[in-house]
Amino acid sequence: MNRYTFAILVRNRFGVLNRVTSMFRRRRFNIASLTVSETETADYSRITAVFDGDDGSKEQLMRQLYKLPEVVVVRELDREATVNSELLLIKLANRDRNKRNDILDAASAFEAKIMEYSRDAIILQLVGDTLLIDNFVDLMRDYEILESCRTGVISLSRGMSTMRDGVGGERM
Amino acid sequence: MRLSGSEIVVRTLIEQGTNTIFGFPGATVIDIYDALLKHEGDIRHVLVAHEQGAAHAADGYARATGKVGVCLATSGPGSTNLVTGIAASFMDSTPLLVITGNVSTSQIGTDSFQEIDITGVTLPITKHNYFVENVDELADTLREAYCIAMSGRPGPVLVDIPKDVQQAMGEFADAGLVEPEEPRLLDVSQMEAAAACINACHRPLVYFGGGVVSAHAEQEVMRLAKKADAPMVCSLMGVSAVPTQHSRFLGMEGMHGHYAATMAMKNADCIIALGCRFNDRATGDRDRFGAAVHIVHVDIDGSEINKTTNDDFGIVGDVRLAIDALLPLLEQADHRGWRELLVKLRADERSQVDARQGLTPYNLMRTVDASRQEGAPVVTDVGQHQMWAAQHLAFTHPREFVTNGGLGAMGFGLPAAIGVSMATSNRTLLVVGDGGLGMSVQELATAVSVKAPITVLLVNNGTLGMVRQWQRLFYDGRYSSTTLAGYRQTDYVAVAKAFGANGTRVETVDALANALDEASQAKGPYLIDCVLSENELVLPMLAPAGGLDDIIVRVGE
Repeated sequence: MNRYTFAILVRNRFGVLNRVTSMFRRRRFNIASLTVSETETADYSRITAVFDGDDGSKEQLMRQLYKLPEVVVVRELDREATVNSELLLIKLANRDRNKRNDILDAASAFEAKIMEYSRDAIILQLVGDTLLIDNFVDLMRDYEILESCRTGVISLSRGMSTMRDGVGGERM
Repeated sequence: MRLSGSEIVVRTLIEQGTNTIFGFPGATVIDIYDALLKHEGDIRHVLVAHEQGAAHAADGYARATGKVGVCLATSGPGSTNLVTGIAASFMDSTPLLVITGNVSTSQIGTDSFQEIDITGVTLPITKHNYFVENVDELADTLREAYCIAMSGRPGPVLVDIPKDVQQAMGEFADAGLVEPEEPRLLDVSQMEAAAACINACHRPLVYFGGGVVSAHAEQEVMRLAKKADAPMVCSLMGVSAVPTQHSRFLGMEGMHGHYAATMAMKNADCIIALGCRFNDRATGDRDRFGAAVHIVHVDIDGSEINKTTNDDFGIVGDVRLAIDALLPLLEQADHRGWRELLVKLRADERSQVDARQGLTPYNLMRTVDASRQEGAPVVTDVGQHQMWAAQHLAFTHPREFVTNGGLGAMGFGLPAAIGVSMATSNRTLLVVGDGGLGMSVQELATAVSVKAPITVLLVNNGTLGMVRQWQRLFYDGRYSSTTLAGYRQTDYVAVAKAFGANGTRVETVDALANALDEASQAKGPYLIDCVLSENELVLPMLAPAGGLDDIIVRVGE
């Protein structure tokens, strides 16, 4: 089992996310993370999907995506040539005075930002790649995690190339 | 010019060359029906008995012609009744345009009367679908729907139009006929390697499916088989693409395929798969199939390459263009040893022919064939009769055999035959079982109303025969809920007459021949209730999930 990251440029139309996720579901693709938002061009939305599978199912996923008329470009993002980011918000209980400094030290070491600090709770925000965030969440398990939420990965390839370069190109 | 949305719908259908549509009215399509009344000289609306019949009839129309079939239904139950018909089209990749009405946009999302999210319901069984919110986008959306339905791998497209959009006034200008996307080759990177593989092999086999008919590549397939010195076999959807009597054609392979075709598949060292998708009913156990052979797989849909088999060489693109590109790379082959083996396989198959006298499935189909006019279309429903027809009838023209393969929807036959007969103006033979006829028997009313020239050959064995066959072979003869004779009390000739058609009951080969003759003289539908023993089996048979060598050719009584 490998992990793959895909960027998918889709027409910015009502229900397009539903079309993509419906296909993932009915063909049983194992999606680890999915993000979607409008892009620099109002015509398109960009989906970043992290997918677990083998080379065969990866190929299937790309080809099944291209069968959806509203999918414009699909690119597999090579980890080395890509900037990957994710954002974490995590809320920790702050009632135990003995642990407060430990939490702040960890936050400082990871350059996490303090978004709320009260007698009861701390909310930290951390931006980084998936591994960094996994490690930070793991570290925080030593304390009392009240709740947490993360955006899922978003990715841009390095250099001048963009997804829009692929618009109008071959679909298969 | 300024027109109402409903007027725009009908004018766009006419603009796109549609002259027949199948449908059933309801509250949210009254406006479209109003416009249809005004244009009845240009477009014929066929009123069906049930919306599922409208979808199957439009699908039959599409299968017989290759043109987009069009059906129309109201919101809610009208649209959900279409679902099986849409799925049947989707699984067999036929070009279908489905138009549904919906409640007004202000009521959408409020669970109002007869409101159903039909774009949501049909998401997994359409190639694409639309919910039209703006009357100014209506004509172009319909044009785009035609284009998508026809282009590449064809499929059904649904356009859902709220009632207020049908009533709103919008701009319409005639745009002329929409052309499907130009057929193309999309990935030919493995073309040369594929050619080298074919040139190097000793026992090549051409295996084709419905994609060859969609791409109109029948001649190219025969040319390829000749140059590679290969026999040809087909999937169910490929039946009638090449003439049954063609010297290289071994017939259909798969679960109920011809013995020689299936054995050739097992013995081949290179399978050249054209416009087919290695469905489980065609390949048996996929792990055993293909282990020792090389597969060259050509398909317009790249996702079919390596989907269920390990293809050594995938070529993505229009199959006709792909063969044209492949042919110059091939040397004229001469595989004498392979031809000798095939001769032996054919002889083995002939020795297995059912030589019994009387009204056996084989004799039934031979009698039908003897009475058929060349090129007259044959439509089937789903079940044993479908396999007997696919095995034993002889075809000469592409699209002559119309059947529902992928979905296997009982009830497809009668409405599809209405669509086929109207598209071809040819007397159409429908082969149908008593189970399947019961699922859409109400469409006899439609057939009578349009005087559809259909010979309904009811292969009546008083059972749900295909399931019964599995119960006999794999469930120790426990015939749970498959026996109709004595349970149901249906007199099918009386049913036909009650609907205003004619019919007769036959129990012998001679009586069948006479009845077929009588039917050919009829003006509208004519039903032949042909009585067959409940114990007849479809053979050969590959055990489900078995390999190609687990073929069952004979079963003791």
